Amino acid sequence: MSARTRELFALIPVALLVTAGFAQVFLVAGDEIGDLSLTYGGYFLAVCVAAHVLLRIRLPHADPYLFPLCALLAAFGLVVLYRINETLAVGQATVFLLGLGAFAATIIFLRDYEVLQRYRYLIAVGSLALLLAPRLPVIGSQVNGAYLAVDLGPISFQPAELAKIGVVVFLASYLNDKRELLSVAARRFLGLTIPPLRHFGPLLLVWGAAMLLLVFIRDLGSSLMFFGAFLALLYVATNRFSYVLVGLVLFAAGAWAVSGAVEHVRDRFEIWLDPFAPNAPAGAGQITAALFTEAEGGLFGQGLGQALLKLPGPFFPSTCEAGFPYCGSILPEPHTDFIYAVIVAELGLFGACGLIACYALIAARGFKAAMMAPDGFSKLLASGLTAVFALQVFVIIGGVVKLIPLTGVTLPFVSYGGSSIVANMILLALLMLVSERGRRAAEQGVGA
Amino acid sequence: MNRPIFRLYVVVLLLFAGLVAFTSRWSVLEADELRANSENRRPLIEEQQIARGSISTRDGVLIAESVGRGRGPQRVYVRRYPQGSLFGNPVGYSFVDRGRIGIELSENDLLSGERNEFASLLDQVLNRKRAGDDITLTLDANAQRVATEALERALASTPGAEGGGAVVAIEPDTGAIRAMASVPGFNPEEARDEQRFEQLLEQGTASPLFNRATQATYEPGSTMKVVTAVAALDSGEFDTSTVLNADSPKEISGAPLANSGGQSFGDIDMRTALTFSVNTYWAQVGEQLGAETYIEYMKRFGFYSDPPLDYPDNQMAPSGIYSEGRLIEDPGRIDIGRVAIGQERLLVTPLQMAMVAATVANGGELMRPTFLEEARDPDGRVVEKLDPERVRRVMSAQTAQAVTEMMTDVAREGTASGLSTRAGQLAGKTGTAEIDVEARVNRPWFIGFAPADDPKIAVAAMLERCTGCSGGAVAGPIATQVMDALAGG
Repeated sequence: MSARTRELFALIPVALLVTAGFAQVFLVAGDEIGDLSLTYGGYFLAVCVAAHVLLRIRLPHADPYLFPLCALLAAFGLVVLYRINETLAVGQATVFLLGLGAFAATIIFLRDYEVLQRYRYLIAVGSLALLLAPRLPVIGSQVNGAYLAVDLGPISFQPAELAKIGVVVFLASYLNDKRELLSVAARRFLGLTIPPLRHFGPLLLVWGAAMLLLVFIRDLGSSLMFFGAFLALLYVATNRFSYVLVGLVLFAAGAWAVSGAVEHVRDRFEIWLDPFAPNAPAGAGQITAALFTEAEGGLFGQGLGQALLKLPGPFFPSTCEAGFPYCGSILPEPHTDFIYAVIVAELGLFGACGLIACYALIAARGFKAAMMAPDGFSKLLASGLTAVFALQVFVIIGGVVKLIPLTGVTLPFVSYGGSSIVANMILLALLMLVSERGRRAAEQGVGA
Repeated sequence: MNRPIFRLYVVVLLLFAGLVAFTSRWSVLEADELRANSENRRPLIEEQQIARGSISTRDGVLIAESVGRGRGPQRVYVRRYPQGSLFGNPVGYSFVDRGRIGIELSENDLLSGERNEFASLLDQVLNRKRAGDDITLTLDANAQRVATEALERALASTPGAEGGGAVVAIEPDTGAIRAMASVPGFNPEEARDEQRFEQLLEQGTASPLFNRATQATYEPGSTMKVVTAVAALDSGEFDTSTVLNADSPKEISGAPLANSGGQSFGDIDMRTALTFSVNTYWAQVGEQLGAETYIEYMKRFGFYSDPPLDYPDNQMAPSGIYSEGRLIEDPGRIDIGRVAIGQERLLVTPLQMAMVAATVANGGELMRPTFLEEARDPDGRVVEKLDPERVRRVMSAQTAQAVTEMMTDVAREGTASGLSTRAGQLAGKTGTAEIDVEARVNRPWFIGFAPADDPKIAVAAMLERCTGCSGGAVAGPIATQVMDALAGG
């Protein structure tokens, strides 16, 4: 069976899930939502099949499971958004179309992705500019004390989503050039191979950039995500664990120092340590509301559409112009930052584990693509993209379950939000491009 | 470069394992603590989303119902009490801001549809919305009204009447409580509003929220002589013809004790002594029985522990001999002769005295008192039904028969001779506890049942205080009106 045929078969469970999910939500909340949205399920599947046809033509050898897994997540996200508010699902379905457009464009125009190496410094500068854009006057916007979004009239987007791809492209290219140099062994100490001290220069530089990021956009999660991806790439490129160790120590020390200086970051830390403390800083209510929501889940959850989310009758605020879920929700931001809490409440521990397993499978396929890639840049690109994707999942879910301080990144493919969907579709397209090359070489190798 | 990539994947898996661990921590392991956290508004809101079952009386009068507002998942329910203050006690209230008391609390599991783990999982699979069971109480709305109005009239018309009063009516062979009135009462609807609720709490001595039938303890006066008679006959130390000298005063525990009005009766038998409620006779009986035997019989009737009624613990008080707020039973510290005539530090609840009357009426067997006639789930299936439960045999059938005959004499020719009921031949015992001898402030009691040969209803009635009044004249008529309402045909 060819890779693409396997992909087509793997889309069948996606179809079943999206149908069953929409039907369930519709049955539970029939009098609150219209049946029009049911057609969006079918529409979503048609679009997926169209993308599959494109893949069949352009990337016949690429990994067969990456696309169905991401489609599964997107379908799952649509169902949960449909359960929160029908118009959110309609908006997300539209954005998903846009995302598939970006996916197709990447596959068509970036088939020879080496070309990116030529523009790596341009990409690096562009990414940094994107990251700092939310601090600019007029267009910058602050949400809960962190600067993560840019407002351009009616459109608001999170530049960090796109920047993460640019940063990984730059690092993959840079480290591919310098890895021979950086992996030179100087001496061994406690079982670690320590490179010459001057080679720690780039590490210090990127660490400085991450700290700057933390000070400027005040979001620990984003800087953890970027710096973590850098460490992952550095480790893959050099196979020197000492870099990782030094990097982690530096990051922890830097984060501690910044939290002492920047009030918002310190508050986030204090809330994380004890959100129930009577004198917890403002904003602790968010994480406690998330934990209370998760406590509703148990093993199996309450069922889609069954957990309490929208405040009923007398509890609903009388002045709520934006409408649910922007106000009148017992859980703030149930469609973006805290969508994972909704999933735990309604689908339980098992449903949440299924979701995490799905992300773990995507990571597995991504790393597999990296392992099969024929050249250094491809390997670094694929493992970097996979690492940044997995770290994003860890950072947002980890924040919602209070494993780490709460941050404002999105849950890839599931959260409501245009920039996240578009950026992750581009990330997926790049992974599939790398995978196509490696698998084609492997198949031809076997054939010859 | 493939080895570090593989190791990197292991690190990702470890991080994800951390996510799973913390998800299980909140969703399963520590979920109960989070649900119990006082900052968690969810249980409070969810409680309002349950269609709580209704409460009605055996004769079909609706006491409490939940009225829904809004649609679908937005629907919330509010409790309504159409009967106003008539059932404030014992039914109580259930409001989100106020909590619950009374039967609303003790039957909460049924009313809120609390199921076991398996049943709620089944409900979830079948997508059934949680709803409470409708319950029917053994109470009779008409008897409740008669009891409440009789108490209110007595309080209004009796000279010096103060405080409140209580009536409890029990079906002797089933333990079913047919009426339980506590005056002054309260309207549960008022408890909904915070300010009016504060006022209910502030009404000082009137304490309308206080259920006088189960929660308040009073000196029982001569009604206690029924317990003494049972102990005397059933222990075999006396029979109804035992003759004792009943002159007044008599030395009891080293202090002179007088009969009512200082009257001397000479040598009389037990029958006469009960008919005319002769203190000196019964005090000697108590002394001869001794505290140990006497307290043993009290315990058989249910004294010294909360009544075995399905009712909130903090709304019931045990009856018995109290010293500084604690129950005592050390014979050396008790003047048992005076306990036997309802004096000393003996304190009882109206419910306990109704249980005494009902036990004699039921041939000596104490039945578990109950409010619950029936519970039906939302589909109309009966999930619980009154199943009369025997607590214990307190006395032999012969003793019960002998005491019934003596109590019949009380109603025929003794202190209750002015009383009668349409229910049939009355058997009873009056009590007039002296609260303040100089000011002539008394606490009138009556316990009894009817008809004497085949008792259908046993009643205890009590008024907290009135001046120069007696049990036969004030409490007796209240009790017989309730008997009329319940067994008067």
